[in-house]
Amino acid sequence: MRRDAQRLIFLLLPAGIFFAAFFLLPMAKLFFIGGSGKTGWAAYAAILVDSNYFGSLVSTLAVAAATTVATLIISGISGVFLQRHKFPGNAALVAMLTFPLAFPGVVIGFMVIMLAGRQGLIGQVTEALTGDKLVFAYSLSGLFMGYVYFSIPRTILTVMAAAEKLDPKLEEAARSLGASPWRVVLDVIIPGLKPAFISAGAICFATAVGAFGTAFTLAARINVLPMVIYTEFTLSANIAMAAALSFVLGAVTWIVLALARTAAGSTVAAAG
Amino acid sequence: MKHRGLFLLQLGFTLLVTAFLIVPVVLSILAGLTVNYFVGLESGLTLRWVIEVWTGYRETIFLSIGLSLACLAVTLVLGVPTAYVLAKRQTALTRAIEELLVMPVAVPGLATALALIVTYGSVSGFRTSWLFILVGHVLFTLPFMVRSVLAVLSAIDLQTLEEGAASLGAGFWQRFCHVVLPNCRSGILAGSLMVVTLSMGEFNMTWLLHTPLTKTLPVGLADAYASLRLEVGSAYTLVFFLMIMPLLLALQAFAKPRTPKFVAEEAE
Repeated sequence: MRRDAQRLIFLLLPAGIFFAAFFLLPMAKLFFIGGSGKTGWAAYAAILVDSNYFGSLVSTLAVAAATTVATLIISGISGVFLQRHKFPGNAALVAMLTFPLAFPGVVIGFMVIMLAGRQGLIGQVTEALTGDKLVFAYSLSGLFMGYVYFSIPRTILTVMAAAEKLDPKLEEAARSLGASPWRVVLDVIIPGLKPAFISAGAICFATAVGAFGTAFTLAARINVLPMVIYTEFTLSANIAMAAALSFVLGAVTWIVLALARTAAGSTVAAAG
Repeated sequence: MKHRGLFLLQLGFTLLVTAFLIVPVVLSILAGLTVNYFVGLESGLTLRWVIEVWTGYRETIFLSIGLSLACLAVTLVLGVPTAYVLAKRQTALTRAIEELLVMPVAVPGLATALALIVTYGSVSGFRTSWLFILVGHVLFTLPFMVRSVLAVLSAIDLQTLEEGAASLGAGFWQRFCHVVLPNCRSGILAGSLMVVTLSMGEFNMTWLLHTPLTKTLPVGLADAYASLRLEVGSAYTLVFFLMIMPLLLALQAFAKPRTPKFVAEEAE
């Protein structure tokens, strides 16, 4: 028995050493560097006190919240629909909807530019229709669009997996008792999908808070926290502030995911 | 009649969502093959931009492939034994370890990259080598390997299999190599595909970890988007699509629900 325990520890050792050396130690160091700037430990409060940082925190959280709501509504409708109705072409639609699953943030940003950028499709269409060119890729709306694009594939997969486990008998019962389709959705389907919504929503939120590639590609002057951290680090060389801000950002994301995991009762992890 | 209307409404909505995701992909593929995207398709099709990308950014493609394979090797060595331990002992401690391992995925890549830079940035030979990026990628992809293998190991009756082997006289390492590993093959394969795909596309960390001599494919893409004409950026994106397409197709095939196996498969 003791030998067994020893072997297990031995098997854990490589990953343990790697993780301690390259994650735990650097994170601890980041925490202390965050408090070593000219403002000291007050740097950690700056995100709430300094109006600039607070402003970017608010817009970061607002974009993330909007992304989460929009993605859940879109993926909820399409995910349940695709799971319930098996028509010819269903598999092709699912394949297309999940194709962008592994696109990195930079590529997502480029997709937004193809749609809403200066030479984008939306601009061409609106110019032909109204004479005015609608270009919104390089703003918070463009970022929002990118994050929704990024989140739809993985959320649809989660919703479809959960919808598969819903018991159709419950809906039939509700219907036979005279519930309208709308009431069935509200009282049967949405409560049944709640755990999936919570865990998928948390992932949407966390990735939208921490993602950097999309904002970087759209660039211009999008005032979200990851961009602020990047600017503090590279342009202002204010490493202490960048460290404090990214530590706070990491903590926020981690707490959101941990809360969601408690609420949904299943394991939740962000990706991308 | 009412139901039919509802069906068509939902179908229409789903088609719109699909268009939202796929139209920009098609547009960018076309742009990468068009002589002048601003003029349109009538300017003709060309491979000029793809060739330009190949001559200018070839190294980023090779580096990304090498990096993702190295990342795969490291996550296999670190991840499979970890998953085995987590499957064997389900205690508060192993749950805490699992929780910790997922942190680099939960914490924004920017924060992890900064932490690595402030800690190891001054180790000059390390900072400028591709190994620095590899460390970041391994941190980010390791949880996916561990979870994928763990999922398979939790679905099979590991205890019985191992006891059976032990009663026939197999030692610990024999059991690990000849019973445990072959049984989590499908988990290892799914995890490997995930690791390679994620490593190939990682940008959040890589952008801070890279140096001018260690540019990966997504870093090159960001460069091209920022400084080159739209057609070149599109052609580069096309190359990226071609590279991840087989990985994605394989992943999708794997995502299909599988029935959990409770007995060992026949040995080959």
